Formats: sequence, structure tokens, C-alpha cells
Amino acid sequence: MAKVLMKGNEAIGEAAIRAGCRYFFGYPITPQSELPEYMSLHLPKAGGVFLQAESEIAAINMVYGASGSGARVMTGSSTPGIALKQEGISYIAGAQLPCVIVNMMRGGPGLGSIQPAQSDYNQSTRGGGGGDYRLLAYAPASVQEMVDYVQLAFDKADEYRNPVLVVGDGVIGQMMEPVEFRATAASDLPPKDWATTGTGGKRPPNIINSLYLDAEELERHNIHLAEKYNRIKENEQRWESVGLEGAELVIVAYGTTARIAKSAMENLNRQGKKIGLLRLITLWPFPEKGFAELDEATKDLLVVEMSMGQMVDDVRIVNEGKRGVHFVGRSGGVIPSTALVEEKILEILERSE
Amino acid sequence: MAVVFERTKGLTPISTHYCPGCTHGIIHRLTAEAMEELGVLDQAIGVAPVGCSVLAYKYFNCDMHEAAHGRAPAVATGIKRVLPDKFVFTYQGDGDLASIGTAEIVHAAHRSENISVVFVNNAIYGMTGGQMAPTTLAGQRTTTSPLGRDPAHAGYPIRISEMLATIPGATFIERVAVDSPANVRKAKRAIKRAFEIQLEGKGFSLVEVLSTCPTNWGIEPPNALKWLKENMIPYYPLGNFRDATKEEVSDGQ
Ligand SMILES: Cc1ncc(C[n+]2csc(CCOP(=O)(O)OP(=O)(O)O)c2C)c(N)n1
Ligand code: SF4
Repeated sequence: MAKVLMKGNEAIGEAAIRAGCRYFFGYPITPQSELPEYMSLHLPKAGGVFLQAESEIAAINMVYGASGSGARVMTGSSTPGIALKQEGISYIAGAQLPCVIVNMMRGGPGLGSIQPAQSDYNQSTRGGGGGDYRLLAYAPASVQEMVDYVQLAFDKADEYRNPVLVVGDGVIGQMMEPVEFRATAASDLPPKDWATTGTGGKRPPNIINSLYLDAEELERHNIHLAEKYNRIKENEQRWESVGLEGAELVIVAYGTTARIAKSAMENLNRQGKKIGLLRLITLWPFPEKGFAELDEATKDLLVVEMSMGQMVDDVRIVNEGKRGVHFVGRSGGVIPSTALVEEKILEILERSE
Repeated sequence: MAVVFERTKGLTPISTHYCPGCTHGIIHRLTAEAMEELGVLDQAIGVAPVGCSVLAYKYFNCDMHEAAHGRAPAVATGIKRVLPDKFVFTYQGDGDLASIGTAEIVHAAHRSENISVVFVNNAIYGMTGGQMAPTTLAGQRTTTSPLGRDPAHAGYPIRISEMLATIPGATFIERVAVDSPANVRKAKRAIKRAFEIQLEGKGFSLVEVLSTCPTNWGIEPPNALKWLKENMIPYYPLGNFRDATKEEVSDGQ
């Protein structure tokens, strides 16, 4: 198929529809409102339902109901709205239902700003709802990747019976780029024989539930969930690495920030420096395997984020004290410049010489 | 020998966890019988609340969802939008529906979601040990209104049926009680009518059922029925508050 020029948020909507999503429940919030707007026009044409809920709390609970009834369903929001969805997300994870949640991150805390940010890293990877649960979280860095990962997210959600988060920042949502909608590989997904569709008099009732009053039973459930999360950790880590071989310093970043970091890297490499880039595509599971590929020559890691430094904790954990871990970032909706990143790199290189 | 009474097929053959004399059990039976009589059990998807009836998903003999506290109408909306031809109902207490879940119930009514709601008003938070509910009567003692509910401090008890009846999308709103055999029969008729309205595709229906909580009221079951009659019914009058299906007929005349 030929490429079309599309705004990030709209491309997400189109990708979801092509992935078989027929239900969208959401509440308006900048900078992702183009997604519900797109869905309100195009989902009905595809035989689906768009419904503007009274709140993000209601929206995520509609997702819970729709998913439990066997549908491919999605919701989208931005930082404060995703915060409101956390209870529902915890229920969906507890009841082991698939769904896709898009977060176009904006500045926080509180009402923050409507400018792009990456300060929901902790919320995306640790979750804000109660209990031992995890979300597979993709962080695409271009509109094309957004499209590809939204489509994949629906399959992964069904495969693992778990909510999948697709995390962008305001920049990716608003940016226009050429995209191609590729047919997704026919996936071999298990039938949704657990869905509540009415027994039809043919089977015992199905129950969608996350309540286990017996402590031992809940523990068994949590062990079962943990096994699933371990499988996700083993199989679903994704990252992109550029120029790791012989790199003195490797930048660690994701999303829009990774694109800025890449430009900084290229500028410095042209000047004869040896800089690499490790770009996270999954925030959770954290791509530990990518870090195992780091070269012996690499002495320093520079984490670049549009936040006050959240992912830097995970980089320190995986680093196990082997290399210097540094951070540079802007927050509040300010996008870090390539110059800022280059300056920081030069400063680190100078110090370690 | 003629069979005069049988357990409804709408309930699973397990005993419930409700306290002796609690009228949740009667309301379960009425809900289940109505579904059985209308022949919708194999088409039904119910949504259980958080409250004493949290385990309703084990008792109703049909597909069930357990919702978060107050969110049952949103969950039911999601189900019904996916399966518009199936029968979808929620069963909710007054803390669940009239406090934490007011936004969800108001907007489900406002959209005239084609779902049915069985709303159990027992004027207290049963499950958590007898705290004040939005429906707790003025002067009523609870564990968080130990001196009796003071409306100047905590507001007056909320009348959900009257409030919802002002919403154009609320097709059918009726308040009933289960304090006497006659009222139980009326309650059954109202629940069945509410369910029929959904099956006719006419939109949102809700039946508020005045119910007892002998345990947390601190009143033994027979006197709890009396307390309901003498204290709750005067503030929460029984009757139909809206039946848009009849209004349609009278408009046409
Ligand atoms: C978000 C959340 N807040 C509070 C609770 C605790 N809680 C459980 S049941 C309940 C009140 C239930 O009262 P009601 O809906 O009147 O039902 P009843 O138990 O009286 O039948 C509360 C506050 C909870 N489970 N979840
Ligand atoms: S606590 Fe009250 S409402 Fe709950 S089961 Fe006992 S009597 Fe019924």
C-alpha cells in the first residue's frame, strides 16, 4: 500500500481499526483528542461503536465490560486521564482481559501542562493501580512505528490476556509523517472461550472477576500472573541499538527524545567521537537483553528523558554499577535540544579522560 | 404431589453468605425469577457490585462480571454496546450506586443505555460494617454517624429514584420494598417490567428496592422489616416515578 501522510493520533485510530478494534471509549484531553475524534467518525463506518464516556473512570470500565464480552477494544488519554484509569486497569489486569490503552503523555504533576513530556515512565512501568500487576508498554518513536505497534499491541493483548499500553508524547501525537498500513501477520490466537456472551444454554456461566477472598487462592492467582509476566519479560523485550560497537558512551532514550539523541549522536560521531544509542521500544519489559550487548569499551551511559529522570533508575539497576550512569533532560513540556545532549556528552567524555 | 414452590433456575444451587434475615436474598430471588420467566437466562450477562452483594456473580445462574465499586453501569454499558441483543443487568447497593457511582448511574440513564438496574437501598454500608450511606436517614445512627445523621453536617439522604426520574433517558423508574408479602409481589412485577422494557429495546430501567440490614441496623429481622416500613417508606415513598412507555401512549391519544 502507498504511504499516506497522517497525524500521529489519527494514525493510531486507523491502525486500531485495521487491527480489528471495533470499540473505543474515551474522554477528551489534549494532546490526544484527535484520536477519539477520528474514532467517532471512522469506527461507525467500520461497524463499530465510539462512545464518549462521562469520565476516564467510566471509559476504562466500559473497556472492562467490552473486553470481558470478547471485543477488541481501546481507550486513549493523556497523563491526568491515565491517572484516573488506574483502578480500572488494575481490575482488567486482575481479571486477565485484553485491551489497548494509549497514553499521549503531557507535563505533570497535577494538571501540569498540555506540552509533550515523558514523565509517566514510572506510571507506565510500575502502574498506579493496586496489586501485583504489569502492563506490556510500547514506546514508539515515529508515526509509522506507532501504527505498527498499535496493531501488534492488540495481538499481544489477546495472546497474554493482559492490557497493553502504547505510550507516546505530545510530539508523536501531533506530528505528521508518511505511514504505510501493513497487513498484520495472521496470528494464531486462542479462542476467547472465557468471554461473557450469554451461555446460550450450551455451557456453564462464565465469570469475569478479580476477587479472590481466600488468601491462598489469591496468592495462587498472583503466582500465575507472575509466571505470565516472566514469559512477557523473556519474549517481548524490544529495543533498537545503533553504533554500540566500540562506543565510548551510549545514550539511552525512547520516543521523541531518542530521535533528538540520535541527531546528537550523529553530529558527534561526525566529529570523530564514538557514541552509540540504545533506544527502548518496550518500557516494560525493560530491554535488559539490549544492555547485555553493550561493548566492553563503553564507559558511560547517558539517559535522556523529557522528565526530571525516571527511567534512569531502571538503567542503574540493569547497569549493576559497571559504568557511569548520567542523566540529562528537560521537563514541564520543554523538549531537550540536540545541543543540550551534545554538551552533556562532551562534558562526560572530558571528565572520564 | 403438586409442586407449589421450586428454586428458580436463575440462581445457582449454593447457599448465599447473606446474614440471616437480610433481604438481599429475596431480591436475588425476584431478579432471578424474572429472568427465568422471561426466558433470558441463557442470554443474560449480569454485573455485580462491590458491597454485600459482591458475590452475586456466584449466585446468579448466568454469565457475570464483577465490577469495581460504583462502576457497574459503565461495565454494563461496555457489555451492552458489544452485545446489543443480549440481556444486561446490574445489581447494586446504595453506597455503590448512590455515592461512589453516581456519575456512572446518572450518565447511563442519560444515554438511556438499554440495560436494567436492580438498586438495593438499605440505608447503610453493609459490607464495611455499618457506616453512613448517602441514603442513611436523618437521625439514623451508624458507625460514622454515631450520634445520628445530622443533615446540617452530612446533608439529607439522597432520593435516587426521584432524581433519575427527571432524566429524559430514564425510561422506567420505580421504587418498591420487600417488607411484606404484598410488597414482595409488587417488587417482582416492577423488576419484571423493567426487564421487559430492555427486551423491548426501550432503554434504561431501574428498580429501587428498599431492603433491610438487620446486622448493621442492630435490629432483629422481623423488627427490621417493621423499621423499614415505619422509617424508610415515609421518606422514600413507593411507586412508579417514570414510565416513558406509558407517556408515549398518552401522548398519542
Ligand atoms: C474504591 C473502593 N472504595 C471503598 C471500598 C470499600 N467498600 C466496600 S463495600 C462498600 C460499601 C457498600 O455499601 P452498599 O453499596 O450500600 O452495599 P451493601 O453492603 O449495603 O449491600 C465500601 C465503601 C471499595 N471496595 N472500593
Ligand atoms: S451486613 Fe447487612 S446487607 Fe450485608 S448481608 Fe448482612 S444484613 Fe445483609
